[in-house]
Amino acid sequence: MTMQSVAAGGGNNNSITLNGAEKYFGVRGHGVQALTPTTLDIKGGEMTILLGPSGCGKTTMLRMIAGLETPTAGSIEVGGANLWSNGNRNVDALKQLGMVFQEANLFPWLTIEENIALPLKLRGIDKAGRQAKAAELCKLVGISGFEKRFPKELSGGMRQRAAIARALSYDPNILLMDEPFGALDAITRDTMNGELQRIWMETGKTVVLVTHSITEAVFLASRIILLSPRPGRVQEIIDVPFERPRDSSIHKLPEFQSIVAHLRTQLEH
Amino acid sequence: MSEKNNNPSAEGPAQFPAWIGSLLLLFVFLGGWEAYVRFFNVSKLILPPPSAVGMQWIKFLADKNVWFHTGVTAWETFLGFILASILGVGLGMILGKMPRLERMLNPFVIATQVIPKVALVPLFIVWFGFGITSKVVIATILAFFPILLNTVLGVKSVERGHSEVMASINASPMQRLVHLDFPSSLPYILTGMEVGVVLSIIGAVVGEYLGGNVGLGNLAVREMNTYNTTALFAVIVHLSVLGFAFYAIVVGARKYLIPWHGSSN
Repeated sequence: MTMQSVAAGGGNNNSITLNGAEKYFGVRGHGVQALTPTTLDIKGGEMTILLGPSGCGKTTMLRMIAGLETPTAGSIEVGGANLWSNGNRNVDALKQLGMVFQEANLFPWLTIEENIALPLKLRGIDKAGRQAKAAELCKLVGISGFEKRFPKELSGGMRQRAAIARALSYDPNILLMDEPFGALDAITRDTMNGELQRIWMETGKTVVLVTHSITEAVFLASRIILLSPRPGRVQEIIDVPFERPRDSSIHKLPEFQSIVAHLRTQLEH
Repeated sequence: MSEKNNNPSAEGPAQFPAWIGSLLLLFVFLGGWEAYVRFFNVSKLILPPPSAVGMQWIKFLADKNVWFHTGVTAWETFLGFILASILGVGLGMILGKMPRLERMLNPFVIATQVIPKVALVPLFIVWFGFGITSKVVIATILAFFPILLNTVLGVKSVERGHSEVMASINASPMQRLVHLDFPSSLPYILTGMEVGVVLSIIGAVVGEYLGGNVGLGNLAVREMNTYNTTALFAVIVHLSVLGFAFYAIVVGARKYLIPWHGSSN
């Protein structure tokens, strides 16, 4: 998988660029500016965390990158291709994106396997191909043996694993995650952070993850993009140097604690 | 077993399944009816005793002629229900996906809802004749509205998160309809069909009351015209059983079509 995506990456194929991207909800002058014009490079292959309090525009930024919100002004490039052209989404750019939401959003009438392979079904891949890919992905995300179960039979953490597998099913270069573990309990959440790091290292995808948890951000991030609210804007960009794979022991490192303390001060402004 | 709380039945009076209670109530009702008729010597023309109705119904079950009428009514109901389902689900999906069109048509839908449609039956008989067509049309129209309204409600109730998944994987509008809107609406559609199937029987029978010379509705009118109240009651019993069978099929379909939904448990 790693070799494949490196080959497919070719170079800078999995980076994201925002050029003055702005989001305004409602009529200009009377609405809410969710994100001020933002210019930003998200490097390919990195784990980038968008961190900030609610209302800082982090989710809006992610949803614009995912093609779920239209930028009011500016442009967004995904893997070198413009995501929006004349108000329409560019399919070539969209194909490189996989999205994971806060809720797993699995379809309750489909089995786990069918849920994971739904994007492939829409792309006209035959049943054997879909089942093979679903089995491979179940193994990757650690839910092998649950292929034929229905979502309601799985725990919240396992459902979110299936949602990650679904987002990876068509092998996008970039995985976008909107507070993916926000609805899970603290213990499951820690496990899932470790699992996400492993999946990211095995697949070599570019990951952009939104969170409001400082420790989650510092644990996962290659880079943290700190946003501040009213109006939403990028306040600071912080590189997180710890070696991979990281485990929970890094919480005890003085350097870890100083980054956390710094971020907390910034967020309390 | 010396501990009392090990035994749930020790907590109160003996528990029995609810259906036994239903059956008991039925016997109490029938017994009361029978006793009333016998004690007050009520004329058979006004209210026949349930025992006589039961005997008459058993005679019906051996009567080929009754089965012919049953077949006619069942066929009209079936056709009307199927047509109403196709039209109601089809139009409901379209209106559910096009909120502007739905808002535009809403006053007309409400207007046609509040018209007592049964009052239009003579008109349908004028338009579509005394044959089976007029009954199928009435059955269709009565069953159509609950199916339509529930389908619209189902499409509008698709979870936002599910829609966003379809948007994020770049599904076409047709793919969304087939893979999300329809399966997600099925619990609502089936609820509409449960109401609809009962109304389509009513439509067929009312049509038969007022026009033509076949079907269980027509049989009921004929028995009434000969002042055979016992037979009329037996026809009603027979119709109830037919209605129950239709209803049971639709309700039973729920378990097979939407085993994932909470309503199937």
